[in-house]
Amino acid sequence: MSDHLPVLQVLAPLLAAPVCALLRSARAAGALAVLASWATLAVALALLGEVRAVGVVSYAIGDWVPPIGIEYRVDMVNAWVLVIVGTIASVVSPYMIASVSSEVERRRIPLFYAAYLLCLTGLLGIAVTGDVFNVFVFLEISSLSAYALIAMGTGRRALTAAFRYLVMGSVGATFIVIGIGLLYVMTGSLNMADLAVLLPEVWDSRTVKVAYGFLGVGCCLKLALFPLHLWLPNAYAFAPSAVTAFLASTATKVAVYMLLRFFLTIFGAPFSFGTMALDRVLLPLALVAIASMSMVAVLQVDVKRLLAYSSVAQIGYVVLGLSLASVTGLTATLLHLFNHALMKGALFMAMGCVVYRIGSAHIDAMAGLGRRMPWTMAAFLVGGLSLVGVPLTVGFVSKWYLILGAIERGWWPVAVVVLLASLLALVYVWRVVETAYMRPYEGDGRAVEAPPGLLLPTWVLAAASIYFGVFAKSTVATAEQAARVLMSGVGS
Amino acid sequence: MIIDLFVSHYNYWVVILLMMVGFYTLISRGNLVKKIVGLNVFQTSVFMLYISMGRIKGGTPPILVEPKGTGKGHGGADTSGGVEMMGETAAEILYSNPLPHVLILTAIVVGIAVTSVGLALAVRVKEAYGTMEEDEINRIEEEMEEAEWRRGRGEIIHEILGKFPARRALTAPSGAEADA
Amino acid sequence: MLGLSLALPVAGAVSIALLRRSPNAREAASLLTAGALFAIVLRIYASVSGGGRPSLALAEPIPGISVTLEAEPLGVLFALVASFLWIVTTMYSIGYMRGNRESNQTRYYLFFAFAIASAMGVAFAGNLFTLFVFYELLSLTTFPLVTHAGTAKARRAGRVYLGILLTTSIAFLLLAIVWTYAVAGTLDFRQGGILAGEVAGAAVPVLLGLYVFGIGKAAVMPLHRWLPAAMVAPTPVSALLHAVAVVKAGVFAVLKVTVYVFGIDFLAEAGASAWLTWVAAATIILGSLVALTKDNLKARLAYSTVSQLSYVVLGAMLASTLGVGGGGAHIVTHAFGKITLFFCAGAIYVAAHKTEVSQMRGLGRTMPVTMAAFLIGALSVVGVPPLAGSVSKWYLLGATLDSGQIALAAVLVVSTLLNVAYLLPIPILAFLSKPEGETAGGGPQGGTVLNEAPAWCLIALSFVALGCIALIFWADRAFQLLQPIAAAAGG
Repeated sequence: MSDHLPVLQVLAPLLAAPVCALLRSARAAGALAVLASWATLAVALALLGEVRAVGVVSYAIGDWVPPIGIEYRVDMVNAWVLVIVGTIASVVSPYMIASVSSEVERRRIPLFYAAYLLCLTGLLGIAVTGDVFNVFVFLEISSLSAYALIAMGTGRRALTAAFRYLVMGSVGATFIVIGIGLLYVMTGSLNMADLAVLLPEVWDSRTVKVAYGFLGVGCCLKLALFPLHLWLPNAYAFAPSAVTAFLASTATKVAVYMLLRFFLTIFGAPFSFGTMALDRVLLPLALVAIASMSMVAVLQVDVKRLLAYSSVAQIGYVVLGLSLASVTGLTATLLHLFNHALMKGALFMAMGCVVYRIGSAHIDAMAGLGRRMPWTMAAFLVGGLSLVGVPLTVGFVSKWYLILGAIERGWWPVAVVVLLASLLALVYVWRVVETAYMRPYEGDGRAVEAPPGLLLPTWVLAAASIYFGVFAKSTVATAEQAARVLMSGVGS
Repeated sequence: MIIDLFVSHYNYWVVILLMMVGFYTLISRGNLVKKIVGLNVFQTSVFMLYISMGRIKGGTPPILVEPKGTGKGHGGADTSGGVEMMGETAAEILYSNPLPHVLILTAIVVGIAVTSVGLALAVRVKEAYGTMEEDEINRIEEEMEEAEWRRGRGEIIHEILGKFPARRALTAPSGAEADA
Repeated sequence: MLGLSLALPVAGAVSIALLRRSPNAREAASLLTAGALFAIVLRIYASVSGGGRPSLALAEPIPGISVTLEAEPLGVLFALVASFLWIVTTMYSIGYMRGNRESNQTRYYLFFAFAIASAMGVAFAGNLFTLFVFYELLSLTTFPLVTHAGTAKARRAGRVYLGILLTTSIAFLLLAIVWTYAVAGTLDFRQGGILAGEVAGAAVPVLLGLYVFGIGKAAVMPLHRWLPAAMVAPTPVSALLHAVAVVKAGVFAVLKVTVYVFGIDFLAEAGASAWLTWVAAATIILGSLVALTKDNLKARLAYSTVSQLSYVVLGAMLASTLGVGGGGAHIVTHAFGKITLFFCAGAIYVAAHKTEVSQMRGLGRTMPVTMAAFLIGALSVVGVPPLAGSVSKWYLLGATLDSGQIALAAVLVVSTLLNVAYLLPIPILAFLSKPEGETAGGGPQGGTVLNEAPAWCLIALSFVALGCIALIFWADRAFQLLQPIAAAAGG
């Protein structure tokens, strides 16, 4: 059983998905989705434990020996990403049950769960596989189901948002296929570990550099790095609340993982930072993303969209860590993947509670909710403070490492930009908090506290974003270990 | 020289041409269905890239050639990806690489899925907006956003932006209309 | 013991929340907690003055950086002042809040207790990180108190308050802390500092500047705007938090950074603090000048606080034993003086609903006790010899002369004159002028009828006014308490 952990990671949701689609009862489908999500978390944790013990877990699909057959290869980095995805999935899926019933047509609910499980499959697959073409396949599985999930949102703008995402996502995925194809032409291999060994011989070839470019642009499209982020705000703003919470905390995170894997494991840190000057390309983009998107977030009136722009800014932090090209920087990146997943998940779920009760995420509708929905808004406050980076929250821990990394490299202006952007975060978070707590309630009697089915998962993430802010030792240690693996190239 | 470059790598030029045609269609056309068509052409160019690179000069199709009599047919050559799976005549026969073809089979399936999801979305957009032209849709959405913006007046952002002429038109007077 | 000093106010807050149905029980819980807290701080004081350094590690959020509490003389001094005045302020609050029929009183007492817990955390912070954590908590927990009124004006003031405090602390203080960690590899407060030999040249004044401006609560100009803005809060909040806990947390942090992070010797050698002494001097003078122009009593007191806070900053920046000692003593003496003044301002508002200085003509006839206390407080802040304020001013003056900065000594003298100019006219107006009512045709209260504030308020304010006098005997002891750190740094 434990030998098959890597494949089980993907199989659990993959097999549950068609069953969900066939089920007639929304309740049964929901229960199955929750079970499958919890199973993935269990498997991911088991994998992390095993990776801690033995270093690298390799699994040959169908017993075909690695360079030829498809290999699932788990080291510290993807074990970490798997845990992130698994955690979010197992928290968001119970939330879905209550939230979806108010936002999606009843007869479509089983299909909704099927799409969710497929999306989860795809995301986990990207993280677990050691074969580059397999990455593409899983990428498309997750993307296609994500388009469908977003389109199920209420309001017609969900449809156009999904369409836009589809167009940009497909272009991104196609870029990635081109890059993979060019790599294959040069090396004749699709296995990541194998590629990492073969590529240094052909580092100088122009084809490899072109492949690098295609992969880079493709990944950046999927992870919504400024200026390739245009699909994200509307997609997050108009998708069903549970989907937003899920995608915001997982999809872009997995895309970042993909980028790290391609650039640092396959091409290797010396090639990326030496020959291609990746740090110098990403640094300005990341800084512009952080600064400009935080400013745009300040100007939003729809809170879900405000949070979406903040996500783009936060992706800037993640990429900034990468462009610091040091273990500290990468630690910050990997930490922030987890930490941002926690806090943004909590924030979007709190907004989902609000939408569930009053049917709007407009900032005007928040007035007085601090008293009408105290627990919901308290969760929002916790998530928001974490976003700002107030100490004893997760946001602070990752920001600390980011600033430390910048100072270690002597990049003072970078540290200053990061800090100033935290202040912008304070502004947009505080707008909502102030509206909720300081303005009188104006609506009708609909705004009462959200049901426990929604509140509980929200508070799990909110509490986690405090817990891991106070006791960050384990997460920091894991992230740092993963960062070392990435910087040293192929994990031993 | 240059002509030589064109001719010897003609497959790449075709791929690049197709790619640009597809990409251009995708970007320049406002009609959602035409965008999907552009996306399709764009993806197809990548299929061509893969297929053409699998070919090896002078290679035969990757079907196991039996020296004499009948063999066991086409076996599992596709999954192995293997020139390594050849029979005893391996030394003489040069096979084309079948792996890219197999990969692209998957990619084609993915492409079809993308197309169908895209078309389905286009249909629903048409139902919801009454149009498939991007300009129209954008106009409708901008109006919706303006309406949302007006609703939030009285908030700090409006206080700040109210000082700028461009946004003032949005905040102060039309807010009164929204009330009425 | 240290943990208790933090847990007690929090427990108090919880019981306040639980007792929200019965105001009497709620306020009794508040008083009880305050009294118990003071007792605990006294015990800590006993142990520290015996040379002990109790400490307690709470958590380790980032490997290598922990949240640790440690009691040392400077912190104990601050904790003593804050916890003692909390008792008095609670008594005062009862009178004030009931007298004014304020709404949301439970929330008020609740966040007050939280704010005190944060202030205790600041006082007993064992390293820079802990200091930063509680510093931020203090900003956040006082926000609901500042915006207590809930009006648009209060909201706007709240934005300025939180905006400046969090902006400076995140943009400058955090940067400075990370920088310190990057070069020194530790954030612990150590005798003699942790930065000596780790940074050099132009980096030292820059880093020190980041600290001084990053600690926005010290209200060094031009980052002082939040303090006048915070005056929209109910007066007891202005009194305890914006004359004692919050602002003193700021200058206290500056002192701590000077002594335990840079080290007095290192600073004096590097000469890094010279430019900041001038910033502090400018704040002293400008703050006083602005205070002169303010007709609103609380605004005038606020600018006076801005000016007085820079006395402490100046003391710290002089980087001498005498300067640090004087600064520490000034934390105590100014706390008593200023809280008296604020209590009086609040009492005047409760009893006579007057907020402007120009309305206070003849008020001494209707509110003799209050105005007498005001006179004592004002004289103490000015630094008239038999009163507490004179001691710390004397030390500070000595420190400037000691370091040969005649100009700075002149600044202190000029500032004292300005203090006289903006504070003393108020009691003079109140006692010597004729009441407004007699000239303007009779107010609602009439002429010479005694109209004092509620008893709770009077008790509290006479108590602190007497404190200003009694403290003259103890101010020296505060200075003595600080001797070990300063001496060790000097030796």
